Amino acid sequence: MTDFNSTPGPDFRLARLASGHLQFTGLDGEVHEGVTPVRAFPLAAPDEGISLVSTDGHELAWIAQLQDLPAAQRALLQEELALRDFVPEIRRLKSVSSFGTPSQWAVETDRGETTFILKGEEDIRRLGHGALLIAGSEGVQYSIADMAALDRGSRRLLERFL
Amino acid sequence: MQHKHSKDGSRPDDPAMAEIHSQLATQENVLCVLTVDLNPQLRFAPGLLVLTQQRLLAKNEQGDWSSWPIRDAAGVALPGLALHHFDHAGVGTLELLDGASAPTQRLASWRFTLGANVQALRLLRLFAQQQAPVRASAPDDDELPLCPECDLPLPPDSDECPACAHQVHTPPSTWVLLRLWRFAKPYRFQLLTGFLLTLASTAATLVPPYLTIPLMDEVLIPFQNGQQIDPAKVGLILGALLGAAVLGWALNWARTYLLALVSERIGADLRTATFEHLLDLSLDYFGGKRTGDLMSRIGSESDRICVFLSLHALDFATDVLMIGMTAVILFSINPWLALVTLLPLPFIGWMIHIVRDKLRTGFEKIDRVWSDVTSVLADTIPGIRVVKAFAQEKREAQRFRVANQLNLAVNDKLNKTWSLFTPTVSLLTEIGLLVVWAFGIWLMSKQQITVGVLTAFIAYIGRFYGRLDSMSRIVSVTQKAASGAKRIFDILDHVSNVPEPAQPVKIGNLKGGIEMKGLGFRYGNRSVIRGLDLQIHPGEMIGLVGHSGSGKSTLVNLLCRFYDVSDGAIVVDGTDIRRFAVADYRRHIGLVLQEPFLFFGTIAENIAYGKPGATRAEIVAAARAAHAHEFILRLPQAYDSLVGERGQGLSGGERQRISIARALLIDPRILILDEATSSVDTETEKEIQKALDNLVQGRTTIAIAHRLSTLRKADRLVVMDRGQVVEVGPHDELMAKQGHYWRLYEAQLRQVDTEGDDTGAADSQIASAAAQLAHTAQHAPQQAGSV
Repeated sequence: MTDFNSTPGPDFRLARLASGHLQFTGLDGEVHEGVTPVRAFPLAAPDEGISLVSTDGHELAWIAQLQDLPAAQRALLQEELALRDFVPEIRRLKSVSSFGTPSQWAVETDRGETTFILKGEEDIRRLGHGALLIAGSEGVQYSIADMAALDRGSRRLLERFL
Repeated sequence: MQHKHSKDGSRPDDPAMAEIHSQLATQENVLCVLTVDLNPQLRFAPGLLVLTQQRLLAKNEQGDWSSWPIRDAAGVALPGLALHHFDHAGVGTLELLDGASAPTQRLASWRFTLGANVQALRLLRLFAQQQAPVRASAPDDDELPLCPECDLPLPPDSDECPACAHQVHTPPSTWVLLRLWRFAKPYRFQLLTGFLLTLASTAATLVPPYLTIPLMDEVLIPFQNGQQIDPAKVGLILGALLGAAVLGWALNWARTYLLALVSERIGADLRTATFEHLLDLSLDYFGGKRTGDLMSRIGSESDRICVFLSLHALDFATDVLMIGMTAVILFSINPWLALVTLLPLPFIGWMIHIVRDKLRTGFEKIDRVWSDVTSVLADTIPGIRVVKAFAQEKREAQRFRVANQLNLAVNDKLNKTWSLFTPTVSLLTEIGLLVVWAFGIWLMSKQQITVGVLTAFIAYIGRFYGRLDSMSRIVSVTQKAASGAKRIFDILDHVSNVPEPAQPVKIGNLKGGIEMKGLGFRYGNRSVIRGLDLQIHPGEMIGLVGHSGSGKSTLVNLLCRFYDVSDGAIVVDGTDIRRFAVADYRRHIGLVLQEPFLFFGTIAENIAYGKPGATRAEIVAAARAAHAHEFILRLPQAYDSLVGERGQGLSGGERQRISIARALLIDPRILILDEATSSVDTETEKEIQKALDNLVQGRTTIAIAHRLSTLRKADRLVVMDRGQVVEVGPHDELMAKQGHYWRLYEAQLRQVDTEGDDTGAADSQIASAAAQLAHTAQHAPQQAGSV
């Protein structure tokens, strides 16, 4: 059955189509269009365990380590993953509308400035080592890599919610 | 909310609209405008996407416009042009694809956060309409009033869009404690009486120090100078002292008792109101919160507020009064000495203010950490069988220890500030006394005041600073109460995601016809159901089948209105279910779950749960129909037997039959069986099946089952796969089709052949997982031996 230590040699090929979708060709020559890479552990180990999933939701291939792939394939995958890894990292809290929830947060992220609504304190998930994952009401996840590294004002605002 | 017919959804005087119009040719009209908030590199940046009859225009973050024609010069829609929409992790994407050339080409793509999703879907629909042949350009679109926000048709006699009404996010105000007034208001007369009593008792306690002046100046000092003591005068003064003390005692007792009664009632009202509000919240609120946290909020937080009101707030009010009155008395005796005495007061006030902020955040933090501690308990105790089975007691103990350590650490940090606070106030008191002594002696040397006045000042100031000391304590208790109140108001302010309509439609006789139109549901950012259409006739029995995770239970939850749909609508007997009052609607729905939940109480009470006024005869009839009557009679106290929270002492099948009786008793028009028979063995299933056959008759029934054999009686089977309906039809028809259903059925049949037991698709997955587990278990001892 499942072999947990399978070596992910290049037993498949990936190519980008003009439509922008990824095309997957398996060893048996079977072709799938529009495959999506999915990280199995997006938080704990992002580069470990990446699954290629077909449009109908079935796993086509399992990549134990992203590093083990040939460079070209890896670049393709990383390009595709970048679009899926939309987790803006909060660099600064500019203001919060209230210390009770729901509360509107204005933040500076690594992807520009934005605002979102925090529905409840339980939407702030602690990841350990001062890292936080904050779920905004629109389904976007925001991260804070290290609470201690934020500036004083941001930390003071944030503390009120922790 | 008023609805506008303007198609672009924004006002014409909008500068953005003006800019769009400058891009358009004459005779070109805007159909839809989408504001995108992400650029292709997924950075936050504003952009626009505009659809007209002729073109698709886009503005990027630099303000440059580009456009793609969607029609040729003759006005015929370009073939092969398609707009694709998908979303992942909170980011929606629209892609413009050109399928005319041999490999499909992506012309452009736009990204946005899901706030813009509704408008994006509208753009998508309008685009498809433009591409479709001209005759199909939806004439009904102009007739039906549409919601300006989300483009759904509005209910015929209402402007309020059922889908948009609940997306309100109003942050609560910060001055939480004042909001307790809502609960104090019914007791305002008692509170006023209490306040007057406080005033009187405080005045009474201020009399004794004043009497020290005549005692000193007219009795003791003259006596020291060789005069006789006047017994009448002494008696009068001592009598007055005793009288003031007794009066103070009586008044104090009266107000403490009265206000304690009132505050206890306010606390009780608060608890009840919070719990009632909590019960009205939708299921997803409970999914997101931990039981321990909610319990501590309703239990201990409300108690803390109650103690605060009855003790601390009362003391504080008394203190303020006392300080005010004392100040007046002191100034009337000697303004200069009074001034010096009161000098440290602003300083202390400032200090209190500084510490306040630190303490408040600290106490909020302690509360949260404290509910972490209780959450560990609430997780572990119900799951104790799993903990013990996997021998993880140590791990759970460790988890508790960590939570407790965190609690300790947070407390330690706060105590650093807090412990410094009280001694500092004491020190200031001592210094204040010293100043009064020094200044008093100097004044006496100038013959300005008498010994009596100085003693009276010292006596007053002793109380005075004593009160300041206790007032400094009010800072912490107020903060504690405020943070408690905030956590309670967090619950009270939470608007149910399943809102009650403003003008609910009364349900008369429900026939039970259900129509689902373009249903979509999103759980967080994961879309669980999308674009689902289904029509169910009154009295029909529908079997919902599909792999686990295909959205069956979610569909049922939507139908029960445990959640509200994200897109589309569920219409029962021609009315959107969001327009019924929630409780009124649910009264017509019978739900039988996989894991029946029995409340603590007798069996009769459990059967009558949905209809508390049911007669005994009705209860017995329901139990008979549910094939539960006989086993109930075998119990020692029959229908009066007590069952616990998980129905200990009853088997799974017995509990299930009680819950079927419960559903039967309310005589619902719509019946939902969510895996009603999957947690019991085949033999018991037959018993339950008999009970269910009684239940199903004449009702619209939706049954979910893994074992396809249980759905033999269904009129139609609905096969779901990844949130969509893939097949609908009777058993024979679907078998003939050899599609999804056929595959599911064949897979189960094989299971029956090999194992002689009918297990479902998911069961077979579990079985293979279990087989693998057994396999590893066989190898484990060898590995363990080799280590």
